[in-house]
Amino acid sequence: MVAFAKQKSAVTTGASLPVLLALAAAAAFLVVGSISSSIFAQQTVAGLAQGAIFGSLALALVLIYRATEVINFAQGELAMATTYIAYQLTLWGLSYWLSFFLTLLIAFVLGAVVQVVFIRPIQHSVIAVVIVTVGMFILIDGLVTWKWGADLKFMKAPFGNTVYHAGGVAFSRQDIGVLLVSILSVILLWVLFQFTKLGLAMRAAALRPAAAALVGVRVNWMLAIGWGLAAVLGAVAGLMTEPTQFLQPTMMQAILLYAFAAAVLGGLESPAGAVIGGLALGVFLNLIGQYVGFATSELRLPIAFAVLLIVLLIKPTGLFGRRQVRRV
Amino acid sequence: MKYVVVAIAAAVVALLPFGLSGYHQGLAVYVAIYFIAIFGLNILTGYTGQISIGHGAFMAIGGYATVILSHDHHVNLIATLPLAFAITFACGVLVGIPALRLSGVYLALATFALAVSVPQLPLKFSKYLGGSNGLQTDHSVSHLWLYGVSWSCAAILFVAGWLLLRGRIGRAFRAIRDSELAAASSGVSLPIYKTFAFGVSAAFAGVAGSLFVLATNGYAQPNEFGVLLSLKILIGAAVAGLGSLWGVAIGAVFIGLLPEISASVPLIGSSHGEDVVFGLIVILVMLLLPNGFAGLLRRVDSSFKTAIKSDSQAS
Repeated sequence: MVAFAKQKSAVTTGASLPVLLALAAAAAFLVVGSISSSIFAQQTVAGLAQGAIFGSLALALVLIYRATEVINFAQGELAMATTYIAYQLTLWGLSYWLSFFLTLLIAFVLGAVVQVVFIRPIQHSVIAVVIVTVGMFILIDGLVTWKWGADLKFMKAPFGNTVYHAGGVAFSRQDIGVLLVSILSVILLWVLFQFTKLGLAMRAAALRPAAAALVGVRVNWMLAIGWGLAAVLGAVAGLMTEPTQFLQPTMMQAILLYAFAAAVLGGLESPAGAVIGGLALGVFLNLIGQYVGFATSELRLPIAFAVLLIVLLIKPTGLFGRRQVRRV
Repeated sequence: MKYVVVAIAAAVVALLPFGLSGYHQGLAVYVAIYFIAIFGLNILTGYTGQISIGHGAFMAIGGYATVILSHDHHVNLIATLPLAFAITFACGVLVGIPALRLSGVYLALATFALAVSVPQLPLKFSKYLGGSNGLQTDHSVSHLWLYGVSWSCAAILFVAGWLLLRGRIGRAFRAIRDSELAAASSGVSLPIYKTFAFGVSAAFAGVAGSLFVLATNGYAQPNEFGVLLSLKILIGAAVAGLGSLWGVAIGAVFIGLLPEISASVPLIGSSHGEDVVFGLIVILVMLLLPNGFAGLLRRVDSSFKTAIKSDSQAS
C-alpha cells in the first residue's frame, strides 16, 4: 500500500511561460478563424458551450482531488441523479429555475452526506475510496434506472430555442445560456474560495490538514463541504447537459470521461487548469469533427484521450500541474 | 500449510465439473477468467506499484487476437492462447514505455484512457474488426472444454506468476513499489523492470480476454470490453487486497459470482435491482475491509498465531 501513500511534495506552482504562450496562440487562432469563417465561429461557440460543461465537471473532480487525492468516479452519476431530481421537481409543478436552485441545494446536501457516510470512514486508504466511488457509480445507475426507467425523458428547454444572427453567424441562445451559467458558477466558486473565510479554511484543510486542524479549522467538515460543492458543480453540469442530451441514465458517462481528460490536461490540482482544459477540449473536438474527415464520432473519445496522452508525455503533470519533487 | 491449501483447492477445481451443471460450469469459467486478469493486475499494481485502470483494454486486445486468428487464419483455438499472450505482452511493453514518464494518478488516468479508447476502435475499423456486431471464432466450444482449458490456464499462469514473484524479479518489483529511488540506487533498472511488469501483467489480461471471448460463445464485441470490465477487474483486485496472492481467488469469486447472486436477490423486484445490490455490496465490502480480503486473512492469520502461542505458553 506504500505506493498509494500521500507523498507531500515541494511546490513549484502555476503555468510555465511556454504553456501560456501556447494558450495565447491558440486563442488568437480561434479569434482569427472566427472572423474569417462563419462556420468556424459557430463551431467555436458550440465547442465553448460543450467545453464549459466538461470544465465544470472537471472542476468538481479537481475540488475533490485537491482535498482527498482521489478521483471520484461517481461524479458524473451524481450529476445525472441530481438532474433527475430537478426533472421530478418540475413534474411536481415547480418552475424550471426554482427547481434548478432547489436541486443545487439538494445536490450540496447529497454530496456532503456521501462524504460523511461512505468516504470518511476509509479516507486514509486512497484505493478503497476509489473503489467505493466505483461502487457508487454502479449503485446510482441502478437506483435511477429503477426509479425513472432507462428511456429518454425531456425537460422544458431552459433558454428557449431562439437563434441569434450576427453577421452571417448563427448563435443558439441555448449554447450561450449554457456557457454563461457554467462560467458564472465557476466564478462564484472562485469568489467563495478566494475571498471568504470559509474558502480560506477549505483551502487550508485541503493543502495542510494537520496544520489547519491546529489553528482550529474543522478539517472533516471542510472536506464534507468540499464534496457538497463538487456535487453542486456536477448538478450544474448535468442540468446544462440536459437540453442537448436529454435525460437518460447514461447521459453523463461520456461527459465524465471528457471531464477526466480536461482535469488531467489542466493538471488535476489546478481549478483554472480544469476549466481551461475543458473549454480547450470542447472547442478542439468540435473543430476537428468539422474539418477532419477521418475524425468521425466513434473517434471522439479516442481523440480526446490521444490529446491527453500527448500532453502528459510532454508535461507529465498536465498543463498547469506542479512539478513533483520527491524527498526520500 | 500453504501447500496443503493449494493442493486442496486444486483437487476441488479438478473434481468440480463432475458435480456441476453446464450453466454453473460456465460461471466457474468466468471465475477462472477473472482470476487470471486480477492476478495480472496484481502483478503490476500490487507488486510493482504501478496503478492501471486499463486492463479491460488488454483483455480486448487478447480477445480480438483470438477471434481474428481463428476467424481469418483458422488457427487452433488452444494455439491462439499463447499467441494472445505474446501479442498482449508486446502491447503491454509498448504501453509501458510511455508510462515510464507517468506516476500515480496520472498513470491511472492514462491507462483509463486506453480502456476507453480501445473498444472504440472496432467501431471505427469495422471492416477488419466487425464493428458493433463483433466477430466470431470459426467454431464454438463446450462448457466442459472451456472449464478444463480456463482452469488449466489459470493454474499454469498462477504457478508461473508465483515463481516470477518469489525470485529475483519479484524482489525487484517490490523494491520499485516500496521506493523507486532506493530501488534504482541499489542497481534495479527501473525502465526494464517497469516495462517488463507492464508486459507480463498485460499478457495475463490478454489470456483472460481470449478465454472471455471463448466463454461468450466465441463472440468478440466492443461493448463486452467496455470501461465497466476494467473497473470490475480493479474492484476484484481491491477486494482481493493488493500485493497478496491468496486474496486473488476470493476477488475472482467475488467478481465472477456477485452479479449472479445480486440478480437473484428479490429485494427490488426488477431487472435493475442487480446493479443496486452489486453496488451496495461493493461499497459495504470496501467499508468493512479497506485492505481487501488479504487484509482480513492477514489479521486472522496473526490472531491465529498469537492464539497458538498463548496456548503453548499456558500449557
